[in-house]
Amino acid sequence: MSKLMKLNLKVWRQKNTNSAGNFEEYKVDASPDMSFLEMFDVLNEQLIETGKEPVAFDHDCREGICGMCSMVIDGRPHGPKQGVTTCQLHMRSFNDGDTITVEPWRADGFPVIKDLTVNRSAFDRIIAAGGFISTNAGNAVDANSVLIPKDVADEAFEAATCIGCGACVSACKNASAMLFVGAKVTQLSKLPQGKPERETRVVAMVNQMDAEGFGACTNTGACAAECPKQIPLSVIANLNREYIGAKMNGK
Amino acid sequence: MKLLSFLFTSSIGRKVLMAVTGLSLVAFLLVHAGINACIFFNDGGETFNHAAEFMAHNWLIRSAEIGLFLGLLLHIVQGLSLTASNNQKRSSKYGASAGNANSKWYSRSMGILGSLLLIFLVMHLKHFWVVSRFTDAIQETAGSTLFDEMVVVFADPLPVFVYVIGCISLAYHLLHGFQSAFQSLGINHPAYSPIIKSIGAGFSIIVPLVFAAMPIAMHLGWIK
Repeated sequence: MSKLMKLNLKVWRQKNTNSAGNFEEYKVDASPDMSFLEMFDVLNEQLIETGKEPVAFDHDCREGICGMCSMVIDGRPHGPKQGVTTCQLHMRSFNDGDTITVEPWRADGFPVIKDLTVNRSAFDRIIAAGGFISTNAGNAVDANSVLIPKDVADEAFEAATCIGCGACVSACKNASAMLFVGAKVTQLSKLPQGKPERETRVVAMVNQMDAEGFGACTNTGACAAECPKQIPLSVIANLNREYIGAKMNGK
Repeated sequence: MKLLSFLFTSSIGRKVLMAVTGLSLVAFLLVHAGINACIFFNDGGETFNHAAEFMAHNWLIRSAEIGLFLGLLLHIVQGLSLTASNNQKRSSKYGASAGNANSKWYSRSMGILGSLLLIFLVMHLKHFWVVSRFTDAIQETAGSTLFDEMVVVFADPLPVFVYVIGCISLAYHLLHGFQSAFQSLGINHPAYSPIIKSIGAGFSIIVPLVFAAMPIAMHLGWIK
């Protein structure tokens, strides 16, 4: 087993949505082979053993596909590595003796529930506003009856890899949700199944996004740089294009 | 008009308006830099005064000037209100920030750069636009032409300093703004975006450099 690393943690503690919250300092000995979340499990074991309240943090699959592990580590969502979620981040990315600051996604659209846990139901409401297709029930149609060019399918699939984690919002200086909405709109507007609602969808989703308190886009590119699924900035251009087109058609 | 209200109410619509007005200001800068560069003929301002005279008295140019001011006003008001509203979307600030790890400082500072430009612009319009359009001050204070007015203004080091700061702000504002306008209008393509970014970077460096060279050259007496 590798030598344990001695780490200093500055962790955001907040009792509930309405309380103020502050940073607390902790010391943890962690193996470089641990994931960041396993290191937090060790911290929580320590806290429980000493009769203290463990740190609340979101996690589920721990393999980079559920999008729950929302931690801003040293100012960057999901930590210093590119294209990974917090659960895929290993302690070998840090050095012995490091002080690591861990805080929740901060955005008015994502209120803190407790400690590092935030409420991302705003994303669900944006999806409910237009992130769906209409399809006939009954027998499944033959898969080859709807022809989709390979490049279009690839573009839609690339956008569809969005796991809705909200790292884009947390990284953006305006707490804008454009990369998320752009990914969803792109995924659905590219494919023939999504065409009937194409214009009403983009207007409804953008209206909901604005109503949820997310900011506008300044095109800094921070969202795409921090996205664990590396969704490109071009989905926001596509969102703008879809939106302008819908507005020009009077939607 | 209800159809166009999204340009003032929706997050994307407001950015579309910023992009359209911004690109029209880019077009204006090109004309402005081109005409003012006539002072570099170093012919006592003869070519420059001739060009300035044409711009001041051509009815088409004067009409376009109204559009320019309207676009400028929209860009300023929309920019300030967008920055203010964007800044309110994160009430609880981060304890640790690592902005430079994922974006350029000037892309995050468009509001500040634009505000610096606005301060410069007030001074600049007072120096040249107000005197040449609304008063006969040129005739009274200096010889008789806009070129003479430039000689008088840039003899003082303070305006030269402010103008150079203005040009630096303009360079960084354009470095982000030029390519960002195309993204806001939905133009992002692997084939075209690198060309747009290259043209934008060239424009952002060359045009402010040409502008900054004017007060410096006049202050140092290279242009007579």
